[in-house]
Amino acid sequence: MTDLPTSPFPAFLVGLPVLLATLSLFFRARGKAVVGLAGSLLTGVMALFALFEVTRRGTVIHILGGWEPPLGILLRMDPLAAVFIGMTAVVGIFISLYAWRYFRAQEATTGGFPLFWPLWLFLWAGLNGLFLSNDLFNLFVTLEVIGISAVALAVLSGKKTALVAGLRYLLVAITGSMAYLFGVALIYGSTGTLDLGLLGQVLEPGTTTTFALLVITLGLMIKMAGFPFHFWLPPAHSSALAPVSALLSALVVKGAFYILLRLWMEVFGVSLTYAAGQLIGLAGAIAVIWGSWQAFMQTSLKLIVAHSSVAQLGYLLMIFPLLILAPGVTADSADWLSPAWTAGVYQVIAHAFAKASFFLSAGIIIMALGHDRIESLRDLVGHMRITALAIAIAGVSLIGLPPSGGFMAKWMLLKGIFLSGQWWWAPVVLTGSLLTAGYVFMLLRLAFAPAREKEAFRPVPRSLEVCALVLALGSFLIVLPADNLIQFLQSGEVFGTGIESIMEGGAHGND
Amino acid sequence: METYQIYNLTSAVLFVIGIGGVFAARHFIRKIIATIIMGGGVFLSFVSFAERDALTFADPVPHALVITGIVVAVASAAFALALARRIYQLTGEESFTNDK
Repeated sequence: MTDLPTSPFPAFLVGLPVLLATLSLFFRARGKAVVGLAGSLLTGVMALFALFEVTRRGTVIHILGGWEPPLGILLRMDPLAAVFIGMTAVVGIFISLYAWRYFRAQEATTGGFPLFWPLWLFLWAGLNGLFLSNDLFNLFVTLEVIGISAVALAVLSGKKTALVAGLRYLLVAITGSMAYLFGVALIYGSTGTLDLGLLGQVLEPGTTTTFALLVITLGLMIKMAGFPFHFWLPPAHSSALAPVSALLSALVVKGAFYILLRLWMEVFGVSLTYAAGQLIGLAGAIAVIWGSWQAFMQTSLKLIVAHSSVAQLGYLLMIFPLLILAPGVTADSADWLSPAWTAGVYQVIAHAFAKASFFLSAGIIIMALGHDRIESLRDLVGHMRITALAIAIAGVSLIGLPPSGGFMAKWMLLKGIFLSGQWWWAPVVLTGSLLTAGYVFMLLRLAFAPAREKEAFRPVPRSLEVCALVLALGSFLIVLPADNLIQFLQSGEVFGTGIESIMEGGAHGND
Repeated sequence: METYQIYNLTSAVLFVIGIGGVFAARHFIRKIIATIIMGGGVFLSFVSFAERDALTFADPVPHALVITGIVVAVASAAFALALARRIYQLTGEESFTNDK
């Protein structure tokens, strides 16, 4: 591990936002916003440079303060981490620009929520730290940093519904991290190490490992709102302020998914069973159908978008069964693996862009109308052409129509499904798309319908609409570098030593 | 039964009590206390692993981890209490109503 090239970027990616967040606390309201916006842009640019560095030099590491693990902390930036950091940077920059304009437009009535900025920078530091972490305990700490700043952001409006939803979110988040930490304790107890790479080699299949895998997976599923633990997400995401909803839906829930993906591929190769994979896939499948159906039944825009997040996160869970072959089946090559897990990464990116754009559009509509009941979306096209376009484009990506990023993700997911021979997941993907089309077209029909009565659309800053539109377009533009991106991801050798046990059909864990 | 096994079993029991409490209780404070009990269980299991394998000295890593974990848990609990207090001040409610 330590023979990899070192680079200062990983340290900056975590340190810089923390420093700037702390710095901004010393300023008054307007100063906080200025430091916050400057800090977000700086962090974003830094992250893109770091992504570039990894494409050039491959995986880089940084040992904090020169203290070697296990007591010191090693940050590792491999292609998978770099892609997630890059995604956070691009989405984060546009949400920051939107937030700057959005809060300034409301400064007179609300005070402009200056605390958004330090909290968002802390959240960003937590996310970068999570993507860069290389040991189980560090992942726990970053999860908690993310959890606490995310809840603080969610309750920023100080309204009663937001506070109650936020408290529930916090309790769920604590429960999830404690379950995760319990699994970590068991793994440390049985192996004496927390390093991800080392664990992949030394972890023995057995009752303890299986139980640890179980509590860790449960804890992370609670955190990423996987079915049946999705109940906290719609109230928390829909009652937050618009830029916050976008951050929570686009980025925060992806942190837990990232850990789950890393652990299942890199660490738990030996103890994964076919049944465990099928079970988590089933939870994902139910989330896809249930979430889309619930979204279809809602009458307020933000709740539609929040329920749609539950469904879209379900697709992420559905890639896990594809990583494990049925008992007795041995694969000749690892061809089927790559579409399966890169589909997950693509779905993360496509959903981040589309959902951020969707929530930002919802914020614009609330700003214009004062509420977000969907009947009043009538004649949206006439009043706010750009927002209507953003909703349409983001919606098309959520449905998965070509040539959107959502289409790429679902296409590769289907490819992985058929290559791994688990055809029974395919109808779920298609039904999910159909239901998604249902609620997206319901919104679009209203947007084009003539207004029944004159509803007062207040004017909204044009720059807000542009931010939402750019993010929506982003969910299409990510298709262009698809080939390079997938090659880049595969160059990371994320499976490590786990790949052999995966190719043997999970035979280790099945007994 | 060895000493660390006793601690370990206790930690599992505490964890289960805590997780049951989080899902069963409706009152804010009860839920928060349940998460603290869960945390206690997890930290106890960490500490108990420091003593295994008949090492001549205790393994320092779990202690370092538990100290960090406790700090995090205290912060989360304090934040949850602050939220609960704010909700009580605003509405007079002290438990989740249409709870899951």
